Amino acid sequence: MRVLAAMSGGVDSAVAAARLVDAGHEVVGVHLALSRNPEAYRSGARGCCSLEDSHDARRAADVLGIPFYVWDFAERFAADVVADFVDEYAAGRTPNPCLRCNEKIKFAAVLERGRALGFDAVATGHYARLEQSHGQVSLYRAAEPAKDQSYVLGVLDAEQLRHSLFPLGSDTAKAEVRAEAATRGLFLARKPDSHDICFIPTGDTAGFLQSRLGRRAGDVVDETGEVLGVHTGTHQFTVGQRHGLHLSVPAQDGRPRYVLRVDPVRNTVTVGPKQSLAVRRIDGIRPTWTERPVAGAWRGLVQVRAHGDAMPALIEADAAQMRIELDAPAFGIAPGQAAVCYDGDRVVGSATISATAA
Amino acid sequence: MTTRSYFDHAASAPTVPQAAQVMAELLARPGNPSSLHAAGRAARRTLEEARESLAEDLGARPSEVVFTSGGTEANNLALLGVHVDGRPEVAVSAVEHPSVAAVGAHLAEVVVLPVRTDGRVDLERAGTLVGPRTGLVSVMWVNNETGVVQPIAEVVELAHAAGALVHSDAVQAFGHVVIDVASSGLDLLTVSAHKLGGPVGIGALVVRRGVTLRPTGFGGGQEARLRSGTVPVALAAGFAAASRVAAERRAMEAERLAGLRDRLIAGVVATVAGTRANTVQPCGPAIVNLTFAGVRADDVLLLLDAAGFDASTGSACTAGVHQPSEVLLAMGRSMEDASASLRFSFGPQTTAEAVEALLGVLPGIVERARAAV
Repeated sequence: MRVLAAMSGGVDSAVAAARLVDAGHEVVGVHLALSRNPEAYRSGARGCCSLEDSHDARRAADVLGIPFYVWDFAERFAADVVADFVDEYAAGRTPNPCLRCNEKIKFAAVLERGRALGFDAVATGHYARLEQSHGQVSLYRAAEPAKDQSYVLGVLDAEQLRHSLFPLGSDTAKAEVRAEAATRGLFLARKPDSHDICFIPTGDTAGFLQSRLGRRAGDVVDETGEVLGVHTGTHQFTVGQRHGLHLSVPAQDGRPRYVLRVDPVRNTVTVGPKQSLAVRRIDGIRPTWTERPVAGAWRGLVQVRAHGDAMPALIEADAAQMRIELDAPAFGIAPGQAAVCYDGDRVVGSATISATAA
Repeated sequence: MTTRSYFDHAASAPTVPQAAQVMAELLARPGNPSSLHAAGRAARRTLEEARESLAEDLGARPSEVVFTSGGTEANNLALLGVHVDGRPEVAVSAVEHPSVAAVGAHLAEVVVLPVRTDGRVDLERAGTLVGPRTGLVSVMWVNNETGVVQPIAEVVELAHAAGALVHSDAVQAFGHVVIDVASSGLDLLTVSAHKLGGPVGIGALVVRRGVTLRPTGFGGGQEARLRSGTVPVALAAGFAAASRVAAERRAMEAERLAGLRDRLIAGVVATVAGTRANTVQPCGPAIVNLTFAGVRADDVLLLLDAAGFDASTGSACTAGVHQPSEVLLAMGRSMEDASASLRFSFGPQTTAEAVEALLGVLPGIVERARAAV
């Protein structure tokens, strides 16, 4: 196969590319330039779009002896991921930009360009498993639960998965990948993992949103509407958040209070006790399916954040919506997050959470 | 891929065996040409022989040849080293290599001389822009992206009439077109070794006798106090050897390469719709620049690479991301066209068979690249 290996400059994607070369594929490395003004260096474990990462990716490609190109997707990324991220926060929701990037950039824009240039698949260093049987590709959790990244791939559809490769998926441990990188002479074996949001290299999401959306002071209220304090912008808050509320009125019961609702229209943030965060019912929009749409109600598992638990639930969807009834209440579920549905370890589909209810 | 064809000699040409051999011998010997002992004297003799040989090939005097680390340093020295009282302005063409164009940021006053759509300096407008405040005019001899030859004689006449000095970056000209510094009237001229089969890491600035330059770096005062640092004797000898080989072959080789150039342009224009040749007469024999409307140049490079052909866009990258060609933009091309252009450059290894093979794959590759936009 002719494979386009997306190389971030990190150890995972480099080892993924190396394994494809070993398997006899014709591999070309691409590094995605997603930032118009890249940082010169990576700061700690944050970010992945620095010039240093681009250099590291190129260096790894040279060690592997494969062609390497930098593809400029900065405009697409700014429009499809960063602007969406800001808009979602402005609307009082909590987006996941990594899912969005996978859905719109890596396995869409990059894959389309690669396919047009004659490539058969895009490969990444994600930890997830693909299995093929009777011409049907299925997406599964990685063998090692701690490293599983199937959640951020849960938005991909059958066509995208048919042209995807995750060479690290059946691996057992990150340590093994690092050891393999060292054995292969890939100098980035000891480079730290990247976390957080790549386009906010400082890690200061609140500051980033403030710079884009400005300050707009409003009230922090309790469930009865009583004003407990002030905030500088509803985009600084996410449902389930406990810290940084700066309340001037202490809770009567002395227990911690959490953000329950974010309402940018009324410019209020509602806080309350943990039990008020309890959610049994989740409504989702824009359902996606890794294989084919599932008709009727079915019992499965639902995960609402990258490292969250898989929660048993009754799931039912049509073309436009998904309804999820959790067996047991969950806490701190925010509109905007993705609900990814599993059948055991197999990823079935996803929806973007639009509303929750107790 | 069993065979590969190298169409990027303008980026760097393979070292000719004559240069490699002389360098291998010299690198095994000790000696700093500034030393007074026997080893130093031997090194000095070799260095001066190289200077004399190179001077002869350039139509210059040995004392006018200042060795530098390459074309970039020579261009920097020329632009930053000229100081003429009452003439603070430096005029550069709009299609200069970055080693001239980017120096502008460090100069007090810069004037850009526009070019016409064929890439040649607009002499009429240059005549109005070069004046009593102009200290130096810098116009390259052969453009590194398009191969277009500038009207050097006219530029020299115009600049001298205004009382200004003239510099020319001849990095892509040397070895391909006849250069005679003495009769050119130029005051300063830049050349580089590795574009004509010499080693990377050495170039020279020819400084006509009587022209005063100030050094831009400081140290032991080597190279007529203009370029401090131990002179790399082996590289200088390799440069001279490669220059001599190029000089001996030039007449025949220029004719052969011009034939390949014309064949490539005619062949592509005939088989790939929407092609525009940016290489138009008068031009050097070794560079062909083509715009394939509606592609990303990067995609064509990727597909050519996979098919066994090394080519280039000829223009700069920022953080690995290909940028639209400043040269083509200066020639009035659109952003799209300036991002859709490739350079194929020839050298002694370039064969007619390789050009035919390239012509065979280009139509399919351009079609595929257009589909990927």
